[in-house]
Amino acid sequence: MNKTYLSYNNIVSSLGFDSPTVVQKIHEGLSGVTLIEDETLFPNPFYASVIDSDYLGKAFEKLQPAGGYTRLEQMMILSLDKIIKASGVALTDRVGLILSTTKGNIDTLDPRNPMPAERAYLGTLGHIIKNHFGFSTEPIVLSNACVSGILAISTAKRFISQGTFDQVFIVGGDIVSNFILSGFNSFQAMSTLPCKPYCKQRSGINIGEVAASVLVNKDQDNLPPEAVEILGEASCNDANHISGPSRTGEGLYRSILSAFKEANVGPGDIDYICAHGTATIFNDEMEAIALNRLGLDAVPLNSLKGYFGHTLGASGLLETIVSMHSLYHNTLYPSKGFTELGVSQPLNIITAPIAKDLNCFLKTASGFGGCNTAAIFKKVRS
Amino acid sequence: MSDLKQELKEKIITQLNLEDIAIEEIADNDPLFGDGLGLDSIDALELIVMLDKDYGIKLTDPKEGKKIFESIEVMANYIAEHRTK
Amino acid sequence: MKAQHLKIKEYCKISNNRVLLNDQLLYEDQGSDFTTFIKLAYKKMDTNYPKFFKMDDLSKLGFLASDILLKPMTQDAEITKNIALVFSNSASSLQTDRKHQESIVDKENYFPSPAVFVYTLPNICLGEISIKHRLYSENSFFIFNHFNAKYLHDYASSLIESEKADEVLCGWINCDVEDYEAFLYLVSKKGSIEHNKEEIIKLYTTK
Repeated sequence: MNKTYLSYNNIVSSLGFDSPTVVQKIHEGLSGVTLIEDETLFPNPFYASVIDSDYLGKAFEKLQPAGGYTRLEQMMILSLDKIIKASGVALTDRVGLILSTTKGNIDTLDPRNPMPAERAYLGTLGHIIKNHFGFSTEPIVLSNACVSGILAISTAKRFISQGTFDQVFIVGGDIVSNFILSGFNSFQAMSTLPCKPYCKQRSGINIGEVAASVLVNKDQDNLPPEAVEILGEASCNDANHISGPSRTGEGLYRSILSAFKEANVGPGDIDYICAHGTATIFNDEMEAIALNRLGLDAVPLNSLKGYFGHTLGASGLLETIVSMHSLYHNTLYPSKGFTELGVSQPLNIITAPIAKDLNCFLKTASGFGGCNTAAIFKKVRS
Repeated sequence: MSDLKQELKEKIITQLNLEDIAIEEIADNDPLFGDGLGLDSIDALELIVMLDKDYGIKLTDPKEGKKIFESIEVMANYIAEHRTK
Repeated sequence: MKAQHLKIKEYCKISNNRVLLNDQLLYEDQGSDFTTFIKLAYKKMDTNYPKFFKMDDLSKLGFLASDILLKPMTQDAEITKNIALVFSNSASSLQTDRKHQESIVDKENYFPSPAVFVYTLPNICLGEISIKHRLYSENSFFIFNHFNAKYLHDYASSLIESEKADEVLCGWINCDVEDYEAFLYLVSKKGSIEHNKEEIIKLYTTK
C-alpha cells in the first residue's frame, strides 16, 4: 500500500494566520478564547475564539479577490492560498480537494446576512473554493459532525491509496454563528467560562472558528520539516445514541484499536495523545474510559480546546496540525484550562510545556451521531 | 390541576412525537423516563424548553429537570407552583 | 482483493412516492405529501421502531431505505455485522437547518429546540441506522452538487479492500424544498451486479 504524508499546512485562527505563529502562541500559553459581547451572535456575553473581522478583511484584500466572499470563504481561501503556493503543486486532475465542515456558510440563512441563502449549500461552498484556485477535480465536502476534520485526513488517504488522486488539499473550516451558539446552548452544553477539558470544574464547551488546511501527499519528496506519515486511521460508530456519548466509550475504543491494527503499533508506541476533550461532563468521561480500556492512561495527553474552543468540522484537522508541530519541536504543550482531574479514570494530562523526544502521536475525535475517529501519525525522519 | 395534567400529556405526545401513545395510556404517576415512556436525554432538554416557552419557568441545571420530570403528577405540581405565564 | 471483484448485492429506492427494492415495487402512494407518505411506507414495511417519529425527514428517508436492505442481514442480535455506511447528498441537513434558523430569528420568541438542532447534521441519519442495526462501523457523509458515482465507488472499494468493512451501504439521500430522493445500494463480495461506475449510474438513473 502507498504511504501517505501530511505535508504543507496552515492555520487561520484568532491566534494568528499561519501555523508557526499559532504554535508559538500556544507555546507561550496564550488562548484565543475571549469574552465576546455581540447580540447578533448571542443574547448574552459568551466565551469563544473569534477571528478579528478587520484583520481578516485586510489579510484577504491582499489576495486581490474578484467578487464577494463570505466570512468562511475568506478564511478558507486565506488558509489554502498559502499552502498551494508553498507546495508548488499544479492543480491537475490528479489533485483532489476535500472540504471538511459541519455547517459551512450557515450564517447566510440569517435574513440579516447580505449574502444569498443559496450560499448555505455545502456543494456551492466547495465550488467557490474550487473555482477560486482553479482545481480540476470535483470538490468533496465531508460533513460528519465533529469528527469531520480527522475523517477528512482518512478520506484523503483512502482516495490516494485507491488511486483516485496523487495529492489532496484539505481545508477544514467552521464559523462562530448564532445558529451554532443557540443550538449548543439549547443542549445546555455551553460553558459560561473559558472551557476546562478533563478538569473537575469543567462545565461545557466554548465555540471557536478556524480554517485549517493541509496537503496530503503520497510522495516523500518536497515535504516540510514538520511533515508526518499517516500510519493508520479508523472511524467507528457507538451504535448507542445520536447525541450522548457511549458510557463505555465503545466507538472510540474500537476506532483506536482498528487504527492501531492498520498502523501496526500498540499503546507503547504512542508518545502523545491529542484527544478531543470538549470539556462537557459526558464527553471527557467517555474518552477517559475508552483510553483506559486500551491501556493508554499513562500516555501524555492534552485537549487543545482551551486555546481555540471547539472549532467543529475543523477541529480534528486543526489539532492534528498543531500536534505535527508539537512533534517537530519535540515539545508537549499543556492542556489549557486543566487544574484537577475530573474524570473517573486516570489520565496523564500535560500541565506544563515538556521537552521530550517525540516520534508518534494519536489523534482522536468524537461527535454527534455517535461517530468517533482515531488516526496515528509518525514523524518523517530524513 | 387535572386540566393542567391533561394539557401536559397532550403536549408531551405532540412535542416529543410519541406517535404510538394515546393520552389515556399515560397515568399521572407513570415514570416518564427509563422504562416508563422511554424518554431520553434530548426529550429532557426539550421539556426544559417547553417549561420556558409555555410556562415561563427557566431551568438552568439539567439535573433539576430529572426530579421535575419524574411523572406528570410531579411536573404539574411544579408548574402550578412556579409558572409565570 | 481487487475492486473489479466487488459486487452490488441489492439496492433500494425511495422517490416519487414509491418504494422499490431492486426492481420490485414494495409500496406506492401517489397523492400524499412526504410526511404522510413516509409514515405510511414505514407502517407498510412493518418497521416497528417508535423513535422513527422523532427523526427529521432526512433521517426518516435514509432510515427507511436502509432498514429495507439491512433488516434481513442484522436480525441475529448475537452477531454484529461490519457494514460501513457511506451516504451523500446535495442539501446536507438544510431542511432542518432552516427550521432551526426560524426558531432563533425573532428575539421575542427565541426558543431553539434541541430535538431540532440535533438533526442539523447530515450524519445523524447514519447514527440512527447504526443504533437500530448495531453497526459499530465506518460512517461517512459527503456533500456533492450531484450524485457522484466515481467517488462513491472508489471510497466503498477502499473500505472493503483495506478490510475496514466487509460490506458498504452506499448511496444518495436528499431532502430539499421541492423534492426528496433516496437511492442506496449494498456493495459486497457477493452479488449479481458488477460494482463499477457505469452500473451504479445505470441503477441510479433507471426510474
